[in-house]
Amino acid sequence: MSMKICGRVVKYGEDVNTDVIIPSKYLAFTNPHDLAKHAMEGLDDSFIEKVHDRKIVVAARNFGCGSSREQAPVALKYAGVEAVVADSFARIFYRNAVNIGLPVLECPGAAETVADGDEVEVDMGEGLVRDLSNGKVLHGNKTPGFLLKIMEKGLVQYIKEGRS
Amino acid sequence: MWARGRLTRMNITEKILAQASGVGNASPGDIVEARIDKVMANDITAPLAIEAFHQMGGTRVWDSKRVVLILDHLVPANDENAAELHRICREFALKEGLDNFYDVGRGGVCHQVMMENHVKPAEVIVGGDSHTCTYGAVGAFSTGIGSTEVGSVMLTGRLWFKVPRAVKVVINGKLKPPVAAKDLILYIIGQFGADGATYMTVEFNGPAVKAMGIHERMTLCNMVVEMGAKNGVVEPDDQTAAYLEKKGLSPYRFIHGDPDAVYEKTVEYDASTLEPVVAVPYRVDNVKPVRDVGEVPVDQVHIGSCTNGRLEDLRIAAKILEGRKVKKGVRALVIPASVDVYSQALEEGIIETFLKAEALVCNPACGPCYGGHLGLLTAGETCVATVNRNFVGRMGSRKARVFIASPATAAASAVTGKLTDPRILEAQT
Repeated sequence: MSMKICGRVVKYGEDVNTDVIIPSKYLAFTNPHDLAKHAMEGLDDSFIEKVHDRKIVVAARNFGCGSSREQAPVALKYAGVEAVVADSFARIFYRNAVNIGLPVLECPGAAETVADGDEVEVDMGEGLVRDLSNGKVLHGNKTPGFLLKIMEKGLVQYIKEGRS
Repeated sequence: MWARGRLTRMNITEKILAQASGVGNASPGDIVEARIDKVMANDITAPLAIEAFHQMGGTRVWDSKRVVLILDHLVPANDENAAELHRICREFALKEGLDNFYDVGRGGVCHQVMMENHVKPAEVIVGGDSHTCTYGAVGAFSTGIGSTEVGSVMLTGRLWFKVPRAVKVVINGKLKPPVAAKDLILYIIGQFGADGATYMTVEFNGPAVKAMGIHERMTLCNMVVEMGAKNGVVEPDDQTAAYLEKKGLSPYRFIHGDPDAVYEKTVEYDASTLEPVVAVPYRVDNVKPVRDVGEVPVDQVHIGSCTNGRLEDLRIAAKILEGRKVKKGVRALVIPASVDVYSQALEEGIIETFLKAEALVCNPACGPCYGGHLGLLTAGETCVATVNRNFVGRMGSRKARVFIASPATAAASAVTGKLTDPRILEAQT
Protein backbone atom coordinates (compact mmCIF):
# COMPACT_ATOMS: atom_id res chain seq x y z
CA MET A 1 0.00 0.00 0.00
CA SER A 2 1.07 3.58 -0.39
CA MET A 3 0.39 6.66 1.63
CA LYS A 4 1.18 10.11 0.26
CA ILE A 5 0.47 13.32 2.07
CA CYS A 6 0.84 16.78 0.53
CA GLY A 7 0.74 20.14 2.20
CA ARG A 8 2.53 23.17 3.52
CA VAL A 9 4.87 22.98 6.46
CA VAL A 10 4.89 24.31 10.00
CA LYS A 11 8.45 24.02 11.18
CA TYR A 12 10.00 23.58 14.65
CA GLY A 13 13.44 22.93 16.12
CA GLU A 14 14.85 20.09 18.20
CA ASP A 15 13.62 18.41 21.39
CA VAL A 16 9.98 19.48 21.08
CA ASN A 17 8.64 17.74 24.18
CA THR A 18 5.16 16.40 24.86
CA ASP A 19 4.66 18.89 27.69
CA VAL A 20 4.70 21.76 25.21
CA ILE A 21 2.71 19.79 22.61
CA ILE A 22 -0.06 19.44 25.18
CA PRO A 23 0.53 20.95 28.66
CA SER A 24 -0.37 18.79 31.69
CA LYS A 25 -3.23 20.98 32.79
CA TYR A 26 -5.28 19.85 29.78
CA LEU A 27 -4.79 16.12 30.23
CA ALA A 28 -7.93 15.83 32.28
CA PHE A 29 -9.86 16.47 29.04
CA THR A 30 -11.08 13.28 27.44
CA ASN A 31 -12.53 14.79 24.25
CA PRO A 32 -9.83 14.96 21.54
CA HIS A 33 -11.32 18.15 20.11
CA ASP A 34 -10.83 19.86 23.48
CA LEU A 35 -7.19 18.72 23.51
CA ALA A 36 -6.72 19.98 19.95
CA LYS A 37 -7.62 23.54 20.95
CA HIS A 38 -4.46 23.61 23.07
CA ALA A 39 -2.06 21.80 20.74
CA MET A 40 1.48 23.24 20.85
CA GLU A 41 0.32 25.83 23.37
CA GLY A 42 3.51 25.50 25.36
CA LEU A 43 5.63 26.46 22.37
CA ASP A 44 3.69 28.42 19.77
CA ASP A 45 0.63 30.55 20.45
CA SER A 46 -0.20 30.82 16.75
CA PHE A 47 -0.06 27.08 15.99
CA ILE A 48 -3.84 26.67 15.72
CA GLU A 49 -3.94 29.56 13.23
CA LYS A 50 -1.07 28.07 11.23
CA VAL A 51 -2.64 24.64 10.84
CA HIS A 52 -5.68 26.12 9.12
CA ASP A 53 -3.82 25.86 5.85
CA ARG A 54 -0.64 23.97 6.80
CA LYS A 55 -0.97 20.27 7.50
CA ILE A 56 2.56 18.96 7.88
CA VAL A 57 4.83 19.50 10.87
CA VAL A 58 8.57 19.28 10.21
CA ALA A 59 11.00 19.30 13.12
CA ALA A 60 14.61 18.59 14.02
CA ARG A 61 15.90 15.89 16.40
CA ASN A 62 14.03 14.09 19.18
CA PHE A 63 10.48 15.23 18.42
CA GLY A 64 8.04 14.21 21.16
CA CYS A 65 10.51 13.59 23.96
CA GLY A 66 9.34 13.39 27.56
CA SER A 67 6.06 12.11 28.89
CA SER A 68 4.26 9.08 27.45
CA ARG A 69 1.03 11.04 27.07
CA GLU A 70 -0.80 9.78 24.02
CA GLN A 71 -2.77 13.00 24.19
CA ALA A 72 0.20 14.69 22.44
CA PRO A 73 -0.20 13.04 19.01
CA VAL A 74 -3.98 13.09 19.51
CA ALA A 75 -3.93 16.87 20.00
CA LEU A 76 -1.83 17.35 16.85
CA LYS A 77 -4.04 15.04 14.79
CA TYR A 78 -7.30 16.66 15.83
CA ALA A 79 -5.81 20.13 15.34
CA GLY A 80 -5.50 19.16 11.68
CA VAL A 81 -1.94 17.87 11.37
CA GLU A 82 -1.81 15.13 8.73
CA ALA A 83 1.84 14.09 9.14
CA VAL A 84 4.91 14.80 11.23
CA VAL A 85 8.36 14.55 9.66
CA ALA A 86 11.37 14.85 11.95
CA ASP A 87 15.11 14.21 11.90
CA SER A 88 14.36 11.75 14.71
CA PHE A 89 11.57 10.95 17.16
CA ALA A 90 11.44 10.04 20.81
CA ARG A 91 10.51 6.38 21.09
CA ILE A 92 7.18 6.54 22.93
CA PHE A 93 5.85 9.43 20.83
CA TYR A 94 6.63 7.55 17.63
CA ARG A 95 4.72 4.47 18.78
CA ASN A 96 1.84 6.55 20.11
CA ALA A 97 1.52 8.46 16.84
CA VAL A 98 1.40 5.23 14.85
CA ASN A 99 -1.14 3.74 17.23
CA ILE A 100 -3.55 6.68 17.10
CA GLY A 101 -3.22 7.01 13.34
CA LEU A 102 -1.01 10.05 12.92
CA PRO A 103 1.53 9.36 10.13
CA VAL A 104 5.10 9.98 11.27
CA LEU A 105 8.26 9.77 9.19
CA GLU A 106 11.81 9.75 10.46
CA CYS A 107 13.90 11.62 7.91
CA PRO A 108 17.36 12.82 8.95
CA GLY A 109 18.16 16.17 7.34
CA ALA A 110 14.53 17.23 7.01
CA ALA A 111 14.88 20.18 9.36
CA GLU A 112 17.86 21.53 7.47
CA THR A 113 16.34 21.18 4.01
CA VAL A 114 12.69 22.06 4.50
CA ALA A 115 11.77 25.64 5.39
CA ASP A 116 8.76 26.92 7.28
CA GLY A 117 5.90 27.33 4.83
CA ASP A 118 7.37 25.09 2.10
CA GLU A 119 5.06 22.85 0.09
CA VAL A 120 6.08 19.20 0.53
CA GLU A 121 4.93 15.76 -0.52
CA VAL A 122 5.57 12.95 1.95
CA ASP A 123 5.54 9.36 0.74
CA MET A 124 5.29 7.35 3.95
CA GLY A 125 5.83 3.91 2.42
CA GLU A 126 8.93 4.88 0.45
CA GLY A 127 10.17 7.20 3.17
CA LEU A 128 10.52 10.09 0.72
CA VAL A 129 10.08 13.78 1.34
CA ARG A 130 9.83 15.97 -1.77
CA ASP A 131 10.18 19.66 -1.07
CA LEU A 132 8.20 21.15 -3.96
CA SER A 133 9.31 24.66 -3.02
CA ASN A 134 13.04 24.04 -3.50
CA GLY A 135 12.95 20.86 -5.60
CA LYS A 136 14.98 18.79 -3.15
CA VAL A 137 14.23 15.15 -2.37
CA LEU A 138 15.11 13.55 0.94
CA HIS A 139 15.32 9.86 1.73
CA GLY A 140 14.04 8.96 5.16
CA ASN A 141 13.24 5.60 6.71
CA LYS A 142 10.81 3.43 4.78
CA THR A 143 7.71 2.37 6.68
CA PRO A 144 6.87 -1.34 6.47
CA GLY A 145 3.41 -2.36 5.24
CA PHE A 146 1.93 -3.47 8.55
CA LEU A 147 2.96 -0.21 10.19
CA LEU A 148 1.41 1.79 7.35
CA LYS A 149 -1.84 -0.07 7.96
CA ILE A 150 -1.77 0.80 11.66
CA MET A 151 -0.84 4.42 10.87
CA GLU A 152 -3.73 4.69 8.46
CA LYS A 153 -6.44 3.40 10.77
CA GLY A 154 -4.99 3.41 14.25
CA LEU A 155 -4.29 0.36 16.41
CA VAL A 156 -7.85 0.06 17.71
CA GLN A 157 -9.29 -0.44 14.23
CA TYR A 158 -6.35 -2.64 13.19
CA ILE A 159 -6.91 -5.00 16.13
CA LYS A 160 -10.67 -4.95 15.68
CA GLU A 161 -10.32 -6.05 12.07
CA GLY A 162 -7.75 -8.67 13.00
CA ARG A 163 -10.03 -10.16 15.64
CA SER A 164 -13.14 -10.26 13.47
CA MET B 1 27.91 -13.33 12.70
CA TRP B 2 27.16 -16.71 14.15
CA ALA B 3 28.82 -15.88 17.42
CA ARG B 4 26.28 -13.09 17.90
CA GLY B 5 23.55 -15.70 17.60
CA ARG B 6 24.89 -17.94 20.34
CA LEU B 7 22.76 -18.24 23.43
CA THR B 8 25.65 -17.32 25.61
CA ARG B 9 26.15 -13.75 24.51
CA MET B 10 23.13 -11.79 25.59
CA ASN B 11 22.94 -8.89 27.99
CA ILE B 12 20.25 -8.93 30.67
CA THR B 13 17.70 -6.99 28.60
CA GLU B 14 18.13 -9.25 25.56
CA LYS B 15 17.83 -12.34 27.73
CA ILE B 16 14.66 -11.18 29.47
CA LEU B 17 13.06 -10.29 26.13
CA ALA B 18 14.18 -13.56 24.53
CA GLN B 19 12.74 -15.67 27.35
CA ALA B 20 9.48 -13.70 27.45
CA SER B 21 9.12 -14.14 23.69
CA GLY B 22 10.00 -17.82 23.59
CA VAL B 23 12.93 -17.32 21.24
CA GLY B 24 16.42 -18.66 21.78
CA ASN B 25 18.14 -15.45 21.01
CA ALA B 26 17.34 -11.75 20.86
CA SER B 27 19.68 -9.33 19.16
CA PRO B 28 19.39 -5.57 18.68
CA GLY B 29 16.90 -4.75 15.93
CA ASP B 30 15.00 -8.05 16.21
CA ILE B 31 11.26 -7.64 16.59
CA VAL B 32 9.90 -9.91 19.29
CA GLU B 33 6.44 -10.40 20.71
CA ALA B 34 6.74 -10.75 24.44
CA ARG B 35 4.44 -12.14 27.07
CA ILE B 36 3.76 -9.32 29.53
CA ASP B 37 3.99 -10.02 33.25
CA LYS B 38 2.27 -6.84 34.40
CA VAL B 39 0.74 -3.74 32.86
CA MET B 40 0.24 -0.55 34.84
CA ALA B 41 -1.64 2.66 34.11
CA ASN B 42 -2.45 5.78 36.12
CA ASP B 43 -5.33 8.24 36.27
CA ILE B 44 -4.06 10.22 33.26
CA THR B 45 -3.34 7.27 30.98
CA ALA B 46 -5.79 4.56 32.13
CA PRO B 47 -9.06 6.22 31.01
CA LEU B 48 -7.88 6.39 27.37
CA ALA B 49 -6.57 2.82 27.67
CA ILE B 50 -9.92 1.64 29.00
CA GLU B 51 -11.68 3.37 26.11
CA ALA B 52 -9.31 1.72 23.61
CA PHE B 53 -9.80 -1.66 25.33
CA HIS B 54 -13.56 -1.40 24.87
CA GLN B 55 -13.28 -0.12 21.29
CA MET B 56 -11.07 -3.10 20.45
CA GLY B 57 -13.95 -5.30 21.52
CA GLY B 58 -12.53 -6.09 24.96
CA THR B 59 -14.96 -7.42 27.49
CA ARG B 60 -12.58 -9.09 29.94
CA VAL B 61 -8.96 -8.22 30.76
CA TRP B 62 -6.54 -11.05 29.98
CA ASP B 63 -5.57 -11.46 33.62
CA SER B 64 -7.13 -9.49 36.46
CA LYS B 65 -4.09 -10.12 38.67
CA ARG B 66 -1.68 -8.58 36.21
CA VAL B 67 -3.43 -5.31 35.41
CA VAL B 68 -2.53 -2.63 37.95
CA LEU B 69 -4.32 0.73 38.09
CA ILE B 70 -2.95 3.48 40.31
CA LEU B 71 -4.41 6.94 40.87
CA ASP B 72 -1.56 9.40 41.45
CA HIS B 73 -1.39 12.33 39.02
CA LEU B 74 -4.51 14.17 40.18
CA VAL B 75 -4.88 12.93 43.75
CA PRO B 76 -7.18 13.81 45.38
CA ALA B 77 -9.28 14.99 42.45
CA ASN B 78 -8.82 18.73 42.05
CA ASP B 79 -11.73 19.32 39.72
CA GLU B 80 -14.67 17.61 38.06
CA ASN B 81 -12.63 16.40 35.10
CA ALA B 82 -10.18 14.67 37.43
CA ALA B 83 -13.02 13.17 39.44
CA GLU B 84 -14.45 11.77 36.22
CA LEU B 85 -11.08 10.21 35.26
CA HIS B 86 -11.00 8.56 38.69
CA ARG B 87 -14.57 7.34 38.34
CA ILE B 88 -13.71 5.69 35.01
CA CYS B 89 -10.76 3.85 36.61
CA ARG B 90 -12.73 2.86 39.71
CA GLU B 91 -15.64 1.51 37.71
CA PHE B 92 -13.37 -0.47 35.40
CA ALA B 93 -11.41 -1.96 38.30
CA LEU B 94 -14.62 -3.08 39.96
CA LYS B 95 -16.20 -4.48 36.80
CA GLU B 96 -13.05 -6.33 35.78
CA GLY B 97 -12.39 -7.54 39.31
CA LEU B 98 -8.86 -6.14 39.31
CA ASP B 99 -6.86 -7.35 42.32
CA ASN B 100 -4.65 -4.30 42.24
CA PHE B 101 -6.45 -0.99 42.08
CA TYR B 102 -4.90 1.74 44.20
CA ASP B 103 -7.54 4.32 44.89
CA VAL B 104 -7.02 7.68 46.62
CA GLY B 105 -5.37 7.11 50.00
CA ARG B 106 -4.27 3.57 49.20
CA GLY B 107 -1.09 3.75 47.18
CA GLY B 108 0.85 6.77 46.03
CA VAL B 109 3.08 7.52 43.05
CA CYS B 110 2.57 4.67 40.60
CA HIS B 111 6.23 3.62 40.20
CA GLN B 112 6.85 3.60 43.94
CA VAL B 113 3.72 1.51 44.48
CA MET B 114 4.80 -0.90 41.73
CA MET B 115 8.26 -1.29 43.26
CA GLU B 116 6.88 -1.82 46.75
CA ASN B 117 4.29 -4.39 45.76
CA HIS B 118 4.56 -5.84 42.29
CA VAL B 119 7.84 -5.65 40.39
CA LYS B 120 10.04 -8.75 40.32
CA PRO B 121 13.35 -9.32 38.58
CA ALA B 122 13.28 -10.92 35.12
CA GLU B 123 9.73 -9.73 34.47
CA VAL B 124 8.54 -7.76 31.46
CA ILE B 125 6.44 -4.85 32.65
CA VAL B 126 4.90 -2.06 30.60
CA GLY B 127 3.17 1.01 31.89
CA GLY B 128 1.24 4.00 30.67
CA ASP B 129 3.84 6.40 32.03
CA SER B 130 7.24 7.24 30.64
CA HIS B 131 9.00 6.63 33.96
CA THR B 132 7.99 2.97 33.97
CA CYS B 133 11.66 2.42 33.11
CA THR B 134 12.31 2.70 36.88
CA TYR B 135 11.82 -1.04 37.48
CA GLY B 136 15.12 -2.00 35.91
CA ALA B 137 16.46 -1.17 39.39
CA VAL B 138 15.70 -4.77 40.42
CA GLY B 139 16.67 -6.35 37.10
CA ALA B 140 13.30 -6.30 35.36
CA PHE B 141 12.67 -5.11 31.80
CA SER B 142 10.22 -2.23 31.94
CA THR B 143 9.29 0.58 29.63
CA GLY B 144 6.68 3.26 29.09
CA ILE B 145 3.99 2.91 26.45
CA GLY B 146 0.96 4.93 25.36
CA SER B 147 -2.63 4.41 26.37
CA THR B 148 -3.82 2.57 23.26
CA GLU B 149 -1.09 -0.03 23.72
CA VAL B 150 -1.97 -0.34 27.40
CA GLY B 151 -5.49 -1.12 26.19
CA SER B 152 -4.22 -3.76 23.79
CA VAL B 153 -2.04 -5.36 26.50
CA MET B 154 -4.99 -5.45 28.89
CA LEU B 155 -6.77 -7.39 26.17
CA THR B 156 -4.03 -9.71 24.92
CA GLY B 157 -1.25 -9.83 27.53
CA ARG B 158 1.30 -9.46 24.78
CA LEU B 159 3.25 -6.65 23.07
CA TRP B 160 5.85 -6.36 20.34
CA PHE B 161 9.23 -4.78 20.95
CA LYS B 162 12.26 -3.95 18.90
CA VAL B 163 15.19 -5.37 20.87
CA PRO B 164 17.16 -2.26 21.85
CA ARG B 165 20.81 -1.56 21.19
CA ALA B 166 22.71 -1.43 24.45
CA VAL B 167 25.01 1.00 26.17
CA LYS B 168 26.85 0.03 29.32
CA VAL B 169 27.51 2.78 31.82
CA VAL B 170 30.17 1.79 34.31
CA ILE B 171 30.46 3.92 37.44
CA ASN B 172 33.77 3.54 39.18
CA GLY B 173 34.81 4.98 42.51
CA LYS B 174 32.44 5.98 45.25
CA LEU B 175 29.83 8.73 45.61
CA LYS B 176 30.82 11.19 48.29
CA PRO B 177 27.72 12.32 50.23
CA PRO B 178 25.92 14.66 49.93
CA VAL B 179 26.58 13.82 46.26
CA ALA B 180 23.85 11.32 45.44
CA ALA B 181 22.49 9.04 42.72
CA LYS B 182 20.45 12.00 41.47
CA ASP B 183 23.58 14.06 40.86
CA LEU B 184 25.08 11.09 39.06
CA ILE B 185 22.16 10.49 36.70
CA LEU B 186 21.85 14.21 35.96
CA TYR B 187 25.55 14.29 35.18
CA ILE B 188 25.21 11.28 32.86
CA ILE B 189 22.22 12.85 31.06
CA GLY B 190 24.27 16.02 30.65
CA GLN B 191 27.01 13.95 29.01
CA PHE B 192 24.67 11.94 26.75
CA GLY B 193 22.23 14.72 25.82
CA ALA B 194 18.43 14.52 25.72
CA ASP B 195 18.45 12.08 22.81
CA GLY B 196 21.81 10.44 23.51
CA ALA B 197 20.35 7.01 24.24
CA THR B 198 17.22 7.07 22.09
CA TYR B 199 15.69 3.60 21.67
CA MET B 200 18.55 2.09 23.67
CA THR B 201 18.88 0.09 26.85
CA VAL B 202 21.11 1.74 29.43
CA GLU B 203 22.75 -0.80 31.71
CA PHE B 204 24.38 0.55 34.85
CA ASN B 205 27.30 -1.30 36.35
CA GLY B 206 30.50 -0.78 38.28
CA PRO B 207 31.47 -0.52 41.95
CA ALA B 208 29.51 2.66 42.67
CA VAL B 209 26.30 1.09 41.35
CA LYS B 210 26.87 -2.16 43.23
CA ALA B 211 27.27 -0.09 46.41
CA MET B 212 23.90 1.60 45.86
CA GLY B 213 20.68 0.59 47.55
CA ILE B 214 17.63 -0.17 45.41
CA HIS B 215 16.23 3.31 46.11
CA GLU B 216 19.27 4.86 44.42
CA ARG B 217 19.21 2.41 41.53
CA MET B 218 15.58 3.44 41.05
CA THR B 219 16.65 7.07 40.72
CA LEU B 220 19.20 6.08 38.05
CA CYS B 221 16.81 3.92 36.02
CA ASN B 222 13.92 6.36 36.46
CA MET B 223 15.64 9.10 34.49
CA VAL B 224 17.04 7.16 31.53
CA VAL B 225 13.97 8.18 29.53
CA GLU B 226 15.27 11.76 29.80
CA MET B 227 18.03 10.74 27.41
CA GLY B 228 15.59 8.86 25.20
CA ALA B 229 16.26 5.33 26.44
CA LYS B 230 13.79 2.48 26.24
CA ASN B 231 14.81 0.99 29.57
CA GLY B 232 17.41 1.28 32.29
CA VAL B 233 18.64 -1.75 34.14
CA VAL B 234 20.97 -2.89 36.91
CA GLU B 235 22.02 -6.55 37.26
CA PRO B 236 20.31 -8.04 40.33
CA ASP B 237 22.52 -8.96 43.29
CA ASP B 238 22.44 -9.54 47.04
CA GLN B 239 21.01 -6.06 47.64
CA THR B 240 18.21 -6.86 45.21
CA ALA B 241 17.47 -10.10 47.06
CA ALA B 242 17.42 -8.31 50.41
CA TYR B 243 15.04 -5.67 49.04
CA LEU B 244 12.65 -8.26 47.60
CA GLU B 245 12.62 -10.26 50.84
CA LYS B 246 11.94 -7.13 52.85
CA LYS B 247 9.04 -6.16 50.60
CA GLY B 248 7.60 -9.67 50.71
CA LEU B 249 8.09 -10.18 46.98
CA SER B 250 9.25 -13.80 47.13
CA PRO B 251 9.40 -16.03 45.20
CA TYR B 252 11.42 -14.48 42.40
CA ARG B 253 14.17 -15.42 40.01
CA PHE B 254 17.14 -13.52 38.62
CA ILE B 255 18.25 -13.27 35.03
CA HIS B 256 21.86 -12.25 34.53
CA GLY B 257 23.53 -11.05 31.37
CA ASP B 258 26.37 -13.13 30.00
CA PRO B 259 29.90 -12.07 30.91
CA ASP B 260 30.75 -11.69 27.22
CA ALA B 261 27.51 -9.89 26.30
CA VAL B 262 27.78 -7.34 23.53
CA TYR B 263 27.26 -3.61 23.96
CA GLU B 264 27.25 -0.97 21.27
CA LYS B 265 29.37 1.14 23.53
CA THR B 266 30.67 1.25 27.06
CA VAL B 267 31.30 4.49 28.91
CA GLU B 268 32.94 4.91 32.29
CA TYR B 269 32.62 7.64 34.87
CA ASP B 270 34.27 8.19 38.22
CA ALA B 271 31.74 8.84 40.99
CA SER B 272 34.45 10.13 43.33
CA THR B 273 34.96 13.29 41.29
CA LEU B 274 31.27 14.25 41.05
CA GLU B 275 29.79 17.21 42.87
CA PRO B 276 26.21 18.41 43.44
CA VAL B 277 24.66 19.40 40.09
CA VAL B 278 21.40 20.80 38.77
CA ALA B 279 19.60 20.68 35.44
CA VAL B 280 19.11 24.31 34.51
CA PRO B 281 15.81 25.18 32.79
CA TYR B 282 14.51 24.43 30.33
CA ARG B 283 16.47 21.30 29.48
CA VAL B 284 17.15 18.17 31.49
CA ASP B 285 20.53 17.83 29.77
CA ASN B 286 21.60 21.37 30.66
CA VAL B 287 23.51 20.13 33.70
CA LYS B 288 25.89 22.29 35.72
CA PRO B 289 27.59 22.10 39.11
CA VAL B 290 25.42 23.97 41.62
CA ARG B 291 28.31 26.24 42.56
CA ASP B 292 28.73 27.36 38.93
CA VAL B 293 25.14 28.46 38.40
CA GLY B 294 25.40 31.73 40.28
CA GLU B 295 22.84 33.38 42.52
CA VAL B 296 19.35 31.96 41.98
CA PRO B 297 16.66 33.15 44.43
CA VAL B 298 14.11 30.43 45.08
CA ASP B 299 10.34 30.73 45.61
CA GLN B 300 9.47 27.06 46.04
CA VAL B 301 11.24 23.83 46.89
CA HIS B 302 9.71 20.46 46.12
CA ILE B 303 11.02 17.21 47.57
CA GLY B 304 9.22 14.15 46.23
CA SER B 305 8.21 12.40 42.95
CA CYS B 306 8.96 8.95 41.53
CA THR B 307 12.57 10.06 41.17
CA ASN B 308 13.22 11.12 44.78
CA GLY B 309 10.23 10.69 47.08
CA ARG B 310 11.47 7.67 48.98
CA LEU B 311 12.18 7.29 52.69
CA GLU B 312 15.94 7.58 52.15
CA ASP B 313 15.43 10.83 50.23
CA LEU B 314 13.24 12.25 52.97
CA ARG B 315 15.82 11.26 55.58
CA ILE B 316 18.49 13.24 53.76
CA ALA B 317 16.25 16.29 53.48
CA ALA B 318 15.16 16.02 57.13
CA LYS B 319 18.73 15.84 58.30
CA ILE B 320 19.41 19.17 56.63
CA LEU B 321 16.16 20.76 57.85
CA GLU B 322 16.52 19.47 61.42
CA GLY B 323 16.69 22.44 63.79
CA ARG B 324 16.41 24.87 60.88
CA LYS B 325 13.54 26.69 59.22
CA VAL B 326 12.52 27.09 55.63
CA LYS B 327 13.57 30.62 54.69
CA LYS B 328 10.81 33.22 54.98
CA GLY B 329 9.28 33.88 51.58
CA VAL B 330 10.00 30.35 50.43
CA ARG B 331 7.52 27.49 50.52
CA ALA B 332 8.82 23.93 50.76
CA LEU B 333 6.60 21.04 49.70
CA VAL B 334 7.50 17.56 50.87
CA ILE B 335 5.58 14.75 49.20
CA PRO B 336 6.27 11.17 50.31
CA ALA B 337 6.01 8.90 47.27
CA SER B 338 3.67 6.40 48.88
CA VAL B 339 1.51 5.72 51.89
CA ASP B 340 4.19 3.29 53.10
CA VAL B 341 6.90 5.93 52.79
CA TYR B 342 4.66 8.45 54.58
CA SER B 343 3.92 6.09 57.41
CA GLN B 344 7.57 5.11 57.93
CA ALA B 345 8.61 8.77 57.82
CA LEU B 346 5.99 9.48 60.46
CA GLU B 347 7.30 6.67 62.63
CA GLU B 348 10.88 7.93 62.35
CA GLY B 349 9.89 11.46 63.32
CA ILE B 350 10.89 12.82 59.93
CA ILE B 351 7.47 14.30 59.23
CA GLU B 352 7.65 16.19 62.53
CA THR B 353 11.05 17.56 61.52
CA PHE B 354 9.52 18.90 58.30
CA LEU B 355 6.58 20.45 60.12
CA LYS B 356 8.85 22.13 62.65
CA ALA B 357 10.94 23.49 59.80
CA GLU B 358 7.69 24.92 58.40
CA ALA B 359 7.68 22.76 55.30
CA LEU B 360 4.30 21.62 54.00
CA VAL B 361 3.84 17.87 53.90
CA CYS B 362 1.35 16.85 51.19
CA ASN B 363 -0.37 13.57 50.45
CA PRO B 364 1.43 10.93 48.38
CA ALA B 365 0.93 11.89 44.71
CA CYS B 366 2.84 13.27 41.73
CA GLY B 367 2.14 16.81 42.91
CA PRO B 368 3.95 19.73 41.27
CA CYS B 369 6.18 17.37 39.25
CA TYR B 370 3.28 16.69 36.95
CA GLY B 371 2.16 20.31 36.89
CA GLY B 372 -1.54 19.65 36.76
CA HIS B 373 -2.61 19.59 40.34
CA LEU B 374 -0.91 21.23 43.31
CA GLY B 375 2.08 23.40 44.09
CA LEU B 376 2.15 25.17 40.75
CA LEU B 377 4.22 28.25 39.94
CA THR B 378 3.25 31.64 38.61
CA ALA B 379 5.18 33.70 36.07
CA GLY B 380 8.65 34.65 37.18
CA GLU B 381 8.84 32.08 39.99
CA THR B 382 11.64 29.59 40.51
CA CYS B 383 11.48 26.11 42.04
CA VAL B 384 14.29 23.78 43.06
CA ALA B 385 12.77 20.32 42.78
CA THR B 386 13.85 16.70 43.07
CA VAL B 387 11.79 15.90 39.97
CA ASN B 388 12.72 14.62 36.53
CA ARG B 389 11.66 17.34 34.08
CA ASN B 390 12.13 21.09 33.81
CA PHE B 391 10.43 21.77 30.48
CA VAL B 392 8.72 25.08 29.71
CA GLY B 393 5.42 25.13 31.60
CA ARG B 394 6.06 21.79 33.32
CA MET B 395 5.14 23.16 36.77
CA GLY B 396 2.59 25.80 35.86
CA SER B 397 3.45 29.08 34.14
CA ARG B 398 5.50 29.05 30.96
CA LYS B 399 7.49 31.85 32.55
CA ALA B 400 8.38 29.86 35.69
CA ARG B 401 11.65 27.95 36.10
CA VAL B 402 12.41 24.52 37.58
CA PHE B 403 15.95 23.53 38.58
CA ILE B 404 16.19 19.74 38.94
CA ALA B 405 18.29 18.74 41.94
CA SER B 406 18.99 16.09 44.57
CA PRO B 407 17.06 16.02 47.87
CA ALA B 408 20.11 17.46 49.67
CA THR B 409 20.43 20.39 47.26
CA ALA B 410 16.68 21.04 47.41
CA ALA B 411 16.61 20.99 51.22
CA ALA B 412 19.68 23.25 51.48
CA SER B 413 18.04 25.67 49.03
CA ALA B 414 14.88 25.73 51.17
CA VAL B 415 16.95 26.82 54.16
CA THR B 416 18.90 29.57 52.41
CA GLY B 417 16.21 30.72 49.98
CA LYS B 418 18.55 30.41 47.05
CA LEU B 419 19.97 27.57 45.00
CA THR B 420 22.56 26.09 47.35
CA ASP B 421 25.28 23.47 47.23
CA PRO B 422 24.43 21.29 50.27
CA ARG B 423 28.12 21.02 51.18
CA ILE B 424 28.00 24.66 52.26
CA LEU B 425 25.36 23.94 54.92
CA GLU B 426 27.15 20.80 56.02
CA ALA B 427 30.29 22.83 56.59
CA GLN B 428 28.32 25.11 58.91
CA THR B 429 27.14 22.35 61.24
